[in-house]
Amino acid sequence: MVNGSEWRVGEVIEASTSEFTAQCYRLYEAPDIGSLVLCGEQIPTYGIVCEATTQSIDPGRSAIPRGLNAERESDVFSSNPQIERLLYTSFRAAIVGYRDGDLVLHYPPLSAPRMYSFVRTCDSDEIADFSETHEFLATLLNAPIHVQDHVVTSFLRQASAAHADPQQYLVGAGKSLAVALTGQLPRLSGILRSLE
Amino acid sequence: MNHTNGMYPVEAGGRMPLGTVVSGSLSEGVKVRLDDGVSIEDVKVGTFVSIQGHRSRFLGVLTEIELLSTDDGITAAPPDASRPLLSQVLSGTVAYNSITVEPMLIIGADTMNTAQPAKTIPPHFSRVSLADEEDIQMVFGSEDAGHFYIGNPMDMEVRLCLDINEMVKRSNGVFGKSGTGKTFLTRLLLIGILQNGAASNLIFDMHGEYGWRGSSEHTNEVKGLKQLFSSRVAVFTLDPESASRRGISTDYEISIGYDDIEPEDVDILRDTWGLSDVAADTAHSLREKFGVSWLRMFLEHPSGEDFNVLAGDMNVPTSTLRALRNRLMQLRRFGFITEGRGGNSVNEILNYLRRGMHVVLEFGRYGNNIDAYLLIANLLTRRIHDRYVRMSEQASGDATQQPRPLVITIEEAHKFLSPAIARNTIFGNIAREMRKYNVTLLVVDQRPSGIDDEVMSQLGTKIACLLDNERDTDAVLSGVSGSRKLRTVLARLESNRQALVFGHALPMPVVIQTREYGSAESYRELGFIEAAELKAQVDKDMDVLFGPSAC
Repeated sequence: MVNGSEWRVGEVIEASTSEFTAQCYRLYEAPDIGSLVLCGEQIPTYGIVCEATTQSIDPGRSAIPRGLNAERESDVFSSNPQIERLLYTSFRAAIVGYRDGDLVLHYPPLSAPRMYSFVRTCDSDEIADFSETHEFLATLLNAPIHVQDHVVTSFLRQASAAHADPQQYLVGAGKSLAVALTGQLPRLSGILRSLE
Repeated sequence: MNHTNGMYPVEAGGRMPLGTVVSGSLSEGVKVRLDDGVSIEDVKVGTFVSIQGHRSRFLGVLTEIELLSTDDGITAAPPDASRPLLSQVLSGTVAYNSITVEPMLIIGADTMNTAQPAKTIPPHFSRVSLADEEDIQMVFGSEDAGHFYIGNPMDMEVRLCLDINEMVKRSNGVFGKSGTGKTFLTRLLLIGILQNGAASNLIFDMHGEYGWRGSSEHTNEVKGLKQLFSSRVAVFTLDPESASRRGISTDYEISIGYDDIEPEDVDILRDTWGLSDVAADTAHSLREKFGVSWLRMFLEHPSGEDFNVLAGDMNVPTSTLRALRNRLMQLRRFGFITEGRGGNSVNEILNYLRRGMHVVLEFGRYGNNIDAYLLIANLLTRRIHDRYVRMSEQASGDATQQPRPLVITIEEAHKFLSPAIARNTIFGNIAREMRKYNVTLLVVDQRPSGIDDEVMSQLGTKIACLLDNERDTDAVLSGVSGSRKLRTVLARLESNRQALVFGHALPMPVVIQTREYGSAESYRELGFIEAAELKAQVDKDMDVLFGPSAC
């Protein structure tokens, strides 16, 4: 179990029982799509990152183009050092489970994560522990998220890398997917092809 | 567990799992989805299967194997070989394997925990596994005096036994095309009857396979009944010269006199001789006219005008009478037919049978002559059956006085039991009357479709080796419940040493790998002791009795 602040990436700024949004401490440093993150201390809740956004901190002042005369993109930031303070990156994660002591439960907790809960990424052992069974797939496939298959594929790729036999893991998870996606052969084939 | 191929993991309870019941019906059998780890290439029709229901256990036979899919799209666009993950994932999920099991017996439905015919099916998701030794023994019994080890269920080393006492209560049949092991199976059945002592055997041994020695495709020669059980088997012969050439000692030489032959004896040759009904019936008229010597007198009757007069007396065209005589002339070629009255063959056979012995009648060089075989088998059987009828009637219900049950083995049975003649011949009567007079048949045939339907339906236990003619398969399975599914099993038997056994002597149909016969070990298992071994045993016994010999 990782407890170091070096894994922390942000804090919850919006939460429901099915998903939460976290604002990153640093611009552009949202975890990759499909990453497993953990938030909260009382009820450590697992989420899988499904969307990342960078936008202006002031909803009334959206970002505008500034580099018309700049040669390189970095020139824009060096000419306008305030920009990094005016923008923020956030990411949305679908809630796919929580921890109860040492037990990993693959369904959402009864209550939503608290605001300002710290959000951190999970290390390889935690990913392997969480993805040992494939029950999370049903929750993930039912989550109201865009580019769902892309998220599933990304997570499975990371999860397989965390297991001793990645190929074997993908076959097992693929079979669970096949059951969950009964009657949706083209979709299943699409996910599996991108995992090959 | 004694499973020979060791391809399945063993699950709790000791049986090897196959899958889970997912649907089905009593009439069509239950569908079982195969477990992921079970390769469809290792599953065979005819396998004996156990299904654990909630309260009862079911035993059945695997009758169908299918490749199915939950999505039709997979047949239109199957995954290509370059994408192993896709293939691996789809196998066992979207594309899956299914077997159909015909539940035959239910165990645990009553308080006695006995096996009874299945009148219901196991519930959804019941676990299905290969049957084990315990199942086989519970259903078919263990090897003992009443149960004869005939072979092993497919891919198992468990001994499957036949209830010989039940078997000999009815006529039985061994079927299969040439080279499938009919003779080996028949020899085993005869040994089973012999060892069990439930009946005596009378074997019309057309090709000399049962008496002294038989032939084998692998070892060239195997021991016959006489070699294995010399004190309990008598070999009769029609052809002593052939027997002496082959170095076989025989117990009796059969001879038939012309005056012994009755029109009913030659009736059975009607088909093979191509005789019209009128010509065949004329034999009866001749018997009325000439008496017991009708055959000799008819054959010696002068040709020419006298012959025309005889035809006129018989009220048949001369050509018909001539056709009959030409055919009957063929009997002159048989060396075992003598002038006047022949030997007392029937009494001799009966004497041996009464003493509990078993009689093998060898045909020698006449084995290739179907006329001789039909004539002799019909003639002797008619008379022996007649004597059994009389003995049974004299016993008049007193079981102790009943004649010892007799099993008559005939080969090329369709010649005796074809629809045209089965109703009129003694063999048809024996098959139909079951055990009324303590005589039953063991018919051995390669063309069961040529046997009368009624006779086939009366056969108690049928042993079917591979049959590839559809009509033959239909004939063997006619009147059997679930025959449509058994047909799949029958058609897929291996071409040698494998048979589907079903009927009266077995609680359920089962495919067996025939017991080995022909090796020294196999003879020893059947109770045969080699001469040297026997002598050593005798010497040892004498030493025990009288002390070590001085010399």
